[in-house]
Amino acid sequence: MLDTLKLPERHYLNNGHGLKSWLLTKDHKRIAIMYLISISVMFLIGGLFAAAVRVELMTPEGDLFLADTYNKMFTMHGVVMVFFFLIPSTPAVLGNFLIPPMIGAKDLAFPRINLLSLYLLWVGAAFFFYALFAGGVDTGWTFYTPFSSSASNSNVVPTALGAFISGFSSILTGLNFIVTIHRMRAPGLTWFRLPLFVWAHYATSLIQVLGTPVVAITIVMVAVERMFGFAIFDPVRGGDPVLFQHLFWFYSHPAVYIMILPAMGVISEVVSTFSRKTIFGYSFVAFSSLAIAVFGFLVWAHHLFVAGISTYSAMVFSFLSFAVAIPSAVKTFNWAATLYKGAISFETPMLYAYGFFGLFLIGGLTGLFLATLGVDIHVHDTYFVVAHFHYIMVGGAIMGYLGGLHFWWPKLTGRMYSEFFSRISAILVFVGFNLTFFPQFMLGYMGMPRRYHAYPDEFQVLNIMSSAGAAVLGVGYLLPVLYFLWSLKRGEVAGPNPWGASGLEWQMPSPPPTENFKEQPVVHGEPYEYTPHVAREANLV
Amino acid sequence: MSGHVSPKSLYYSIFGALMVLTAITVFAAFLNLGAMNAPLALAIATFKATLVVLFFMHVKYSSRLTKLVVTTSLFFLAILLGEMMMDYATRGLGVIPPPLQ
Amino acid sequence: MSNAVAHAEAHGHAVHHDALQHHFETMQQQKEASTLGMWVFLLTEVLFFGGLFFAYLLYRVWYFDAFAEASRTLDISLGAFNTAVLIGSSLTMALAVRSAQTNQRSATVRWLISTIVLGCVFLGVKVVEYADKFEHHHVPGPHFISESPWAAQEQLFFSLYFTMTGLHALHMIVGVGIMSVITWMAAKGKFDEHYYTPVEMAGLYWHFVDLVWIYLFPLLYLVERHN
Repeated sequence: MLDTLKLPERHYLNNGHGLKSWLLTKDHKRIAIMYLISISVMFLIGGLFAAAVRVELMTPEGDLFLADTYNKMFTMHGVVMVFFFLIPSTPAVLGNFLIPPMIGAKDLAFPRINLLSLYLLWVGAAFFFYALFAGGVDTGWTFYTPFSSSASNSNVVPTALGAFISGFSSILTGLNFIVTIHRMRAPGLTWFRLPLFVWAHYATSLIQVLGTPVVAITIVMVAVERMFGFAIFDPVRGGDPVLFQHLFWFYSHPAVYIMILPAMGVISEVVSTFSRKTIFGYSFVAFSSLAIAVFGFLVWAHHLFVAGISTYSAMVFSFLSFAVAIPSAVKTFNWAATLYKGAISFETPMLYAYGFFGLFLIGGLTGLFLATLGVDIHVHDTYFVVAHFHYIMVGGAIMGYLGGLHFWWPKLTGRMYSEFFSRISAILVFVGFNLTFFPQFMLGYMGMPRRYHAYPDEFQVLNIMSSAGAAVLGVGYLLPVLYFLWSLKRGEVAGPNPWGASGLEWQMPSPPPTENFKEQPVVHGEPYEYTPHVAREANLV
Repeated sequence: MSGHVSPKSLYYSIFGALMVLTAITVFAAFLNLGAMNAPLALAIATFKATLVVLFFMHVKYSSRLTKLVVTTSLFFLAILLGEMMMDYATRGLGVIPPPLQ
Repeated sequence: MSNAVAHAEAHGHAVHHDALQHHFETMQQQKEASTLGMWVFLLTEVLFFGGLFFAYLLYRVWYFDAFAEASRTLDISLGAFNTAVLIGSSLTMALAVRSAQTNQRSATVRWLISTIVLGCVFLGVKVVEYADKFEHHHVPGPHFISESPWAAQEQLFFSLYFTMTGLHALHMIVGVGIMSVITWMAAKGKFDEHYYTPVEMAGLYWHFVDLVWIYLFPLLYLVERHN
């Protein structure tokens, strides 16, 4: 029956041809596709730096790069991945594409600002590339003062400006989402009928607009200190470098939730679709997103436990860091309860969701180790920390992003990818990821510090495991590029709703027309109305 | 459709109040009020800011959502300032809390 | 909380205005979206300046004598004059918005131009003040000169002074630019009582810039003036 499906004659992809029709578009869907291409390129570049790091660490001696070069490798890996891939990833691609149709709107509230935010990301990336070709930067992605402001002789200012500008891209995306979700909902679509993907993005947007300006001003302060010789964090003239860390982490800790919350939104959609059940505890999952967004702002100083903050405040921050685990756990338990007695099937998006559960669980629980004052002092700045945040930011955020990309690919392009190869890649990513990063927990616990290009001999076996895992992970990430590209021409036509999912976005043709809906949709029911076993067949008739 | 239109006289009186308050700020700065100089200056500034927000920026006549956005910004500003103050205010109070010594 | 939806149903497509963009149902919805967007933008601005204000607060508490000493080198009469100018420009801005609301085109243009002029006066005074700082080597960095025992910490004050007032002035320059466009649009008759959102949004921005200065003036110019 599937082969009778045809692509719609007119859709957003063939509505206008040529570069100009893309670069000047106001269509949120085309902007999302341009984001997809941009951040995929950045992901590849960030991945190459990661590969360089892992190759160097295969031997205990620092034999491939000089220490300085190695510093630049991990710095640029971090900068690219954080500011130019992870922060935009799910919101700018999937959120951009899906939020308007999910709420029954024709576009985001400010289409031109949406395009502007893409251009800002490009301008920010241009600054980064300038810094890269001028010799790179070696401060770590955290730009800690006073090293960044007075000691380092690498390209700190262009890199920081790149981060600053891409930050404004992120702010404008968040602002656009907030206004869109408040003001553009279809008739009948009340707050508690919104898909959880939209709730997650609302919470994400809050963090983007509240946190990003603080890191922006922090970057400005570092830049004026470095460029004009001003004194703001300079300890020689009485400044406090720890103040930099406070301001930096006020954004950069919540930034982790900018990465993980949208992924959680994806998981909510995927889990309910592939277990054919309504999500368990809808309002708890929705509010836990907001709770994560708010609590996320209360905990930043757990990055500063050994930086000289007062013991009293360290205890408060430690306690609050434990508290932020509660809403995350609420989500995880609710997903588990959604799966319970569901009619579960194992298509690729669901494999990624399962991967997310495992990796996010480990990442989240090791976060509690790090929130514990005494343990943190032992493992601070070791590979334990590196492993922990990769479990969240790669294991959590990228699994969610890839799961979402596989879930909505038929909606984006109108065609299906190879189920066989996509399952293989999902498994490779999961296995490769664990092989890469689990040994790093052990390395860190045994005391291997991060950011060194050489290490004692006894750490070599685990480091080789980690590097081997990185190779597997790399294959897992490259495979989707191949079968996604293949699917564009050869993939089976997907039809409007290949998964039998319940969201409004599945009522549009695939790919959707520029205006999304022919008529303004009106919402009557609750989200996630699934009847087990029946929905899938119904779609095929 | 055109929203709330305030009478011109309101704008002129708010302007007058702001000017008078500015004069008071400058005047008070030249008095020796001990520790109270800074809090007084900030209190006056906050009062002036409130006037601007409520009347010039029309928040008094705005939707609940606008008021919520204003409150949210102040709430998160308070978190930013408050938690950092918590650290700096308790610096150097001893490594071990007194009850445990 | 679905106001927009309720309005969409109430108005339908009955009110059609040239300024209505295709993806909005009604002018009301469009205006509410712009207003919310502007307020969310101002929220980011609050936190943007918030980080700077904390740095100021911390160092002022730590190095009060240095801050008091450095603050006394600022010209209080110029500062007070500028405060009056900026509050005056807020008044003219508020009146510009009011004229737009009541569809008085020439009054709107007049008040907007007054606002631009006052904004430029403020910036001009700022140039005079900055020039004075350069002359006296009060700009932090290698050429900084101070006789006081707290010379090093005074650099913290002046660094924050230049960063804060510099960012504030940058906001004003942007504001004057926006205002010039809006004035031109107003003169062309782009606005009426159904559509004056750009004037109102520019007004919110301008008042915010005023707000920042309301705090900057006492914090920078009046640290300790009573001896």
